Amino acid sequence: MTTRREILTRSAAVIGAASSGLLLPQMAMAQSDKVRVGFMLPYTGTFAQLGVAIENGFRMALNEQGGKLGGREVEFFKVDDESNPAKGIENANRLVQRDKVDVLVGTVHSGVQMGIHKVARDSGVLSLIPNAGVHVATRAQCSPNVFRTSFTNSQPTLALGKAMVDRGHKKAVWITWNYAAGEEAFEGFEQSYTAAGGTIVKKLGLPFPNVEFQALLTEIASLKPDAVACFFAGGGAAKFLRDFHAAGLSKNIQLYGSGFLTEGVLEAAGPAADGVLTTMHYSDALDTPRNKKFRLDYAKTFKAQPDVYAVQGYDTGLLLIKGANAVKGDLSNKKALYAAMEGATIDSPRGQWTMSKAHNPIQDMYLRKVENKENKVIGIAQKAVADPATGCRMG
Amino acid sequence: MSSPKATLEILPKGVQALLALGAIALAAFPLIPSDSSDFYLQMLSQMMILAIFAMSLDLLQGVTGLVSLGHAAYFGLAGYALAFLTPADVPVSLWWSLPVAALGAGLAALVIGFFVVRTHGIYFIMVTMAFAQMVFFLFFDNKELGGSDGLYVNFRPDASLFGWTGIDLENKTTFFYFTLVMLVGIYAFLRRLLFSPFGRVLAGIRVNEHRMRAVGYGTFGYKLAAFGLAGTLAGVAGYLWAAQTGFVNPELMGFHMSAHAIMMVILGGMGNFAGAIVGAFAFEYVMHFFKDLTKHWQLLMGSFIVLVVVFAPRGLLGLGERFMKKKDAA
Amino acid sequence: MDFANFLIQLLNSLQYGLLLFMLAAGLTLIFGIMGVVNLAHGSFYMLGAYLAWFLASQFDSLVLAIVVGTLIAVALGWALEWLLFRHFYHRDHLDQVLLTFGLIYIFEEVRSILWGDDVHSVPVPELVNWSIPLTENLSYPVYRLVISAVCVALALGLYFLISKTRLGMKIRAGAFNREMTEALGINIRLIHGVVFALGVALAAIAGMIASPISSVYPGMGSSVLIMCFVVVVIGGIGSVRGALVAALMVGLVDTFGKVLMPQIAGMAVYMLMAGVLLYKPEGLFKQ
Repeated sequence: MTTRREILTRSAAVIGAASSGLLLPQMAMAQSDKVRVGFMLPYTGTFAQLGVAIENGFRMALNEQGGKLGGREVEFFKVDDESNPAKGIENANRLVQRDKVDVLVGTVHSGVQMGIHKVARDSGVLSLIPNAGVHVATRAQCSPNVFRTSFTNSQPTLALGKAMVDRGHKKAVWITWNYAAGEEAFEGFEQSYTAAGGTIVKKLGLPFPNVEFQALLTEIASLKPDAVACFFAGGGAAKFLRDFHAAGLSKNIQLYGSGFLTEGVLEAAGPAADGVLTTMHYSDALDTPRNKKFRLDYAKTFKAQPDVYAVQGYDTGLLLIKGANAVKGDLSNKKALYAAMEGATIDSPRGQWTMSKAHNPIQDMYLRKVENKENKVIGIAQKAVADPATGCRMG
Repeated sequence: MSSPKATLEILPKGVQALLALGAIALAAFPLIPSDSSDFYLQMLSQMMILAIFAMSLDLLQGVTGLVSLGHAAYFGLAGYALAFLTPADVPVSLWWSLPVAALGAGLAALVIGFFVVRTHGIYFIMVTMAFAQMVFFLFFDNKELGGSDGLYVNFRPDASLFGWTGIDLENKTTFFYFTLVMLVGIYAFLRRLLFSPFGRVLAGIRVNEHRMRAVGYGTFGYKLAAFGLAGTLAGVAGYLWAAQTGFVNPELMGFHMSAHAIMMVILGGMGNFAGAIVGAFAFEYVMHFFKDLTKHWQLLMGSFIVLVVVFAPRGLLGLGERFMKKKDAA
Repeated sequence: MDFANFLIQLLNSLQYGLLLFMLAAGLTLIFGIMGVVNLAHGSFYMLGAYLAWFLASQFDSLVLAIVVGTLIAVALGWALEWLLFRHFYHRDHLDQVLLTFGLIYIFEEVRSILWGDDVHSVPVPELVNWSIPLTENLSYPVYRLVISAVCVALALGLYFLISKTRLGMKIRAGAFNREMTEALGINIRLIHGVVFALGVALAAIAGMIASPISSVYPGMGSSVLIMCFVVVVIGGIGSVRGALVAALMVGLVDTFGKVLMPQIAGMAVYMLMAGVLLYKPEGLFKQ
């Protein structure tokens, strides 16, 4: 019948077109002599600003060195991970298997990072983590081809405990969201605070991303601690700062936190955040020539102020440049490449830092105080903080 | 409330031919030499797994008329089951872990179904969503269950049987064919079920539940059975997903996953399972295409969904049917 | 927990519950009267919050921002109903679910294009920007009391509108029997437009008045949407009274759950819902 024949021919055409469509991107990518760098970052959603900042920082580092890696030109590929862990592996595979990147730079969200990590370990691709602080990536599941240039979730809080006890705040309540990042931040806090002689009166938690803090703030008030230590980030952090202040708790109870409590939210939090003390590996207000130059250059290039995420992206670029230069652009020379990156000292806007054996930064943690919408650095909470790297079998 | 919307229970010859061609194309795909074949092989495997997931929802939604916004719960549960059953150093056997995971998901569906099937219409939709959220939080909030970061599945299941190691699922091509066989097999099973007495009762419930009850059928039991069966099949898909990606996390049970499943079923055309397959492939393809196109892909995706609902409420197969009817008339 | 603490926690539950009620009322009204399920309801909440932030920074006054924002929300609701939703009243719930899910994507992206992805704050109006000391350690922000008061006022207004005015009578008639109402010469299309705009406005107002205490950020719609649905299911779809009772119950369970049983706090509300459904599969109150 004519109809059937038409259907058959048409459907054959459709399938043919679809298949060629699938093959097309791959055919267009002729083999070139360029280094392929893949960004897997959140370009939409809550973390979109962070993704953009990281990429900006990375590109700036590259451009400062003439835009080449070990003498070779660079080609960029991008995937929006939407901060969706369910698609982590699929998105990472697009870069690694379809676009055949030599380096994968990503990502922000720890859940997504787990997906990238799996692909990195299976494929051996060089994986650079510019933010996600999930512990296992540089602990039990550390890998020679995975390097982190940011922090582990417990590093900031590892420096918090002693700072609190030194200020006479020996009884504290801990509060955070009940999810992996919160649990890991608590780990660092518990370790450092109890070691310094502090007592954790109670550990409070609420489901992520719930921001109804009133009930728990009331509970804190009834416990009457010297201080409250916490981990919150983003919109939730801004709300917590305001609610804490509005409940009158800031009068008698000092608020401490992992630095993310006051990162990127000071505009939103307003005067409620004044006097809050946090520990982190960076501060916008860090008064060093290196940081000042970085901030000036970034502002000129991108017409925006950089933040810790931009710094981490920048350092990722610096790290890759060091590695690529050491192997003169031959990224397949993995042994030399990894060795160069392991032994690197990064001259970062945050200060100089080195890579630990588990491939995580060993860095100073600054003690910062919020004054007038700025994180003023009032000292170094702890020098050369290293993540315990429990379970890592490298080096 | 719910109008009888199933499309094309009996597929026209043209559509059947198209499907057969599609199956042949899939089977032949791994033979095409290509540089990025690994990536496309995995992408197609995932699409096939999602097609199984969509078919399981079609049984519930297209055939029985129960719109579930929480179907992903069973998908995710089976995936997690595989993650828990796989030890740290050796793979687990396919032959018992797959039934256990799928039946476990089915059991969860029966338990939740017991609460949920007693509701109707819009309630059913909202309540299924709420229960899926509950399961989501159960896994998200508890470190022992993997927490928000999820769990790794350390090895693909081992398909050896009494020493015979013919099928090695770690091999991407073998896994691809294994998934294809599962897809075709489940499709055939569901098509038979559709025209079996059980399937006819389900379709009758969709068209008019009161009438079925008046005639003497215990509709609660039938609906619960359909819910459980759909959950089991979703579990098969979830197991395969976890085996394929090697990683599970709570988002697999989340609202977005459930909503995507509904969209796949609607996009293709409901009630005949072929539509679910077509819808799954089309939906994923469109999403990949948009994501490659622009940063503002969500705008395109949302508009695409709206357009489909407004202009093609019976999905692609429905459009095809209308098109062919016009041709016959002309 | 001592008595003073208990009372304060009760106050917390009340305030949270009332805000939830505002959102749920809009959702349940739209469904009850027009039979439309709207997944994008959370997006209206987000829209309200972003409008409040944007307009407050333009006018330097939150009150003015809320007034203008409400007008914008009403206009938007009216336009959406006229353009899109009106054609879906007779359609399957499935179609409505999908349509509104697609709208969520669109709204998120439009928001991203218009206002970006940053976190913002909205300043509390100076007049009410102080706290009442309740114990030596704890003060209660007056603004939260204001929020509760506004919600109560709106709830009363809604009750008055629906039970005691001609418009309310027409609305109820239209929900009960559409054809008959039309035959009596009442413009049912107009009524539907009004109800839809009202529902959108309620959600937007909730977003606006809550914005000083909740901060304004992407994705704030989805987190609140699920809770909203739970409230509507428990209360009974179409019943505004049910939404109030259910919202207060959810407020209580959520607040005390967090303090007393933190391990299952995330699931507690869903368990409440499951329990209610066992005894009353259609929710606590009929329409």
